[in-house]
Amino acid sequence: MEAIKPQLEQEAIKAQVRQYIAANFLMGANAAELGDDDSFMGQNVIDSAGVLELIAYLEQTYGIKVDEDEMTADNLDSLNGVGRYLQRKLGGARA
Amino acid sequence: MLLHHFLERTAAQLPGKVALVCEEGPHTYAEVNQRAERLAARLASRGVRRGDRVAIFMPNCTRAVVAIYAALKLGAVFSALNPLTRTEKLGHLLSDLRAACLITHSSLRAVCDGALAQARSVHTCIVADENHADAAATAREDAAIDQDLAAIIYTSGSTGEPKGVMLSHLNMVSAANSVMAYLGYREDDVILCALPLAFSYGLYQVLMAHKVGATVLLERSFTFPKRILEVAAQARATVLPGVPTAFNLLTNLVTPARYDLGCLRIITNAAAALSEEQIRRLRAAFPQATFYSMYGMTECKRVTYLPPEQLDRRPLSVGRGMPNQEHWLVDEAGRRLADGATGELVIRGSHVMRGYWEKPVQSAERLKPGPLAGERVLYSGDIFRSDAEGYLYFVARKDDIIKSRGEKVSPREVENVIYRLPGVLETAVVGVPDAVFGQAVKAFVVLGPGRRYSERDVIGHCGARLESFMVPKYVEFVDGLPKTDNGKIKRQALG
Repeated sequence: MEAIKPQLEQEAIKAQVRQYIAANFLMGANAAELGDDDSFMGQNVIDSAGVLELIAYLEQTYGIKVDEDEMTADNLDSLNGVGRYLQRKLGGARA
Repeated sequence: MLLHHFLERTAAQLPGKVALVCEEGPHTYAEVNQRAERLAARLASRGVRRGDRVAIFMPNCTRAVVAIYAALKLGAVFSALNPLTRTEKLGHLLSDLRAACLITHSSLRAVCDGALAQARSVHTCIVADENHADAAATAREDAAIDQDLAAIIYTSGSTGEPKGVMLSHLNMVSAANSVMAYLGYREDDVILCALPLAFSYGLYQVLMAHKVGATVLLERSFTFPKRILEVAAQARATVLPGVPTAFNLLTNLVTPARYDLGCLRIITNAAAALSEEQIRRLRAAFPQATFYSMYGMTECKRVTYLPPEQLDRRPLSVGRGMPNQEHWLVDEAGRRLADGATGELVIRGSHVMRGYWEKPVQSAERLKPGPLAGERVLYSGDIFRSDAEGYLYFVARKDDIIKSRGEKVSPREVENVIYRLPGVLETAVVGVPDAVFGQAVKAFVVLGPGRRYSERDVIGHCGARLESFMVPKYVEFVDGLPKTDNGKIKRQALG
């Protein structure tokens, strides 16, 4: 049970972030399929200004502060990356 | 001299030197040159000829650089297009170019498929990262001479339609030589280029590096500023060209002092001016580097630079003319003005473009007779003030171009897209001050009776059709727009 709960939380976060990306960056164009591991940059979805908007969104929505060392492609360049990052961040904050 | 001789001569002299470092790793001069030869042979076998336009639609990567040189080696004309371009506009650009060939990347396939349906001229499409069946390189003599076009670079115009700036080999070789004369790039330089190759400022980093035998670290963008600084530290970068947006990311989001950037010796800014505060922050963040403030335009690449020793004295000046160029200010009647006056900047030199591709009317507005019989000089459309010693200070654009994220945004181009929303009666797009991006795009929209859109609806409509930097950040719905007596919308009254 304990192992399943974080998994569900991560899926919920991913769904929410996907919705945000779809509404703000994909806008119906090139939206065909954004895979969970697809690079936002590699798929030309988000540019350098876009990542600032994504960071602002994550900070506001989840009440976190994205630290300098966390602004990496591992954390912020795919749905899975964002999901894992937020889960770690939120889990850490609540523990 | 032709533009690709930069690479070929260095490949002959320093074959084992690293020319480019990308995600896939380092590539030597010999390797880049050989790959370009093989791709050129393949393009030739597919019927690409001297003078044909080859569109290159790829993110920054080795293959994009190879494609540029391959087109040049054939005597073809390359046009590097921004990978953020959407389907419909890509189709328009390919048609405008009457491109024979499109070279792209698998990540952009979906965008290209739709665009190719519109662009009938394209007979060959190569997905560079998928198909490696390049032909064997064959001995070749240059087909082109330096009067021929090397590139067509698109820029926004006040008419709302992108204009292709035609640049000959001579134009580009001259511009590169003049810029290198004052920046002094060297063989031992390591240049970190995260500016797109579709932007002449990014493109020339590669060309100039290859002229002197330097190494280019080619990054896709400044999106992850921490990565940029890590790459710079690890590869001991010596040169960092940027635009205000990029420098804001590097100085506001991360702490440059935490990285070992002791080798960094030159930082350059172009595309839009930095404020005094931004310059101060940048110099504090990178105290080891010499800072160059520069001004240019696609139509001639570069015009001025501020000698670094003048920075404390005239921080807001874009400086004086670069070597092998003459410039002056004119009043509205075209009369030449003395130092200390304010007027439109006019530029004379062998770097001045050959005109806008298949746009004779717009070309004639910008290229006008110069002092010698038959020559043409460039009317920049930018208003400058000069001080008593001839240093220039930017005042305004003659038209209303918005500078958002270091890119030129034509209000008309955005308005044209908004007008396609059913029920939009009127719209006007302006630049509003933005702390991070210099200017942000704001749209005023008047809707017909009974129509309802949210701000998000308008932004979404634009986002599906325009590059991200052109998409309005703000939308305000209003009952009417201020007009002149002639009924023209007064943009200056908005914002």
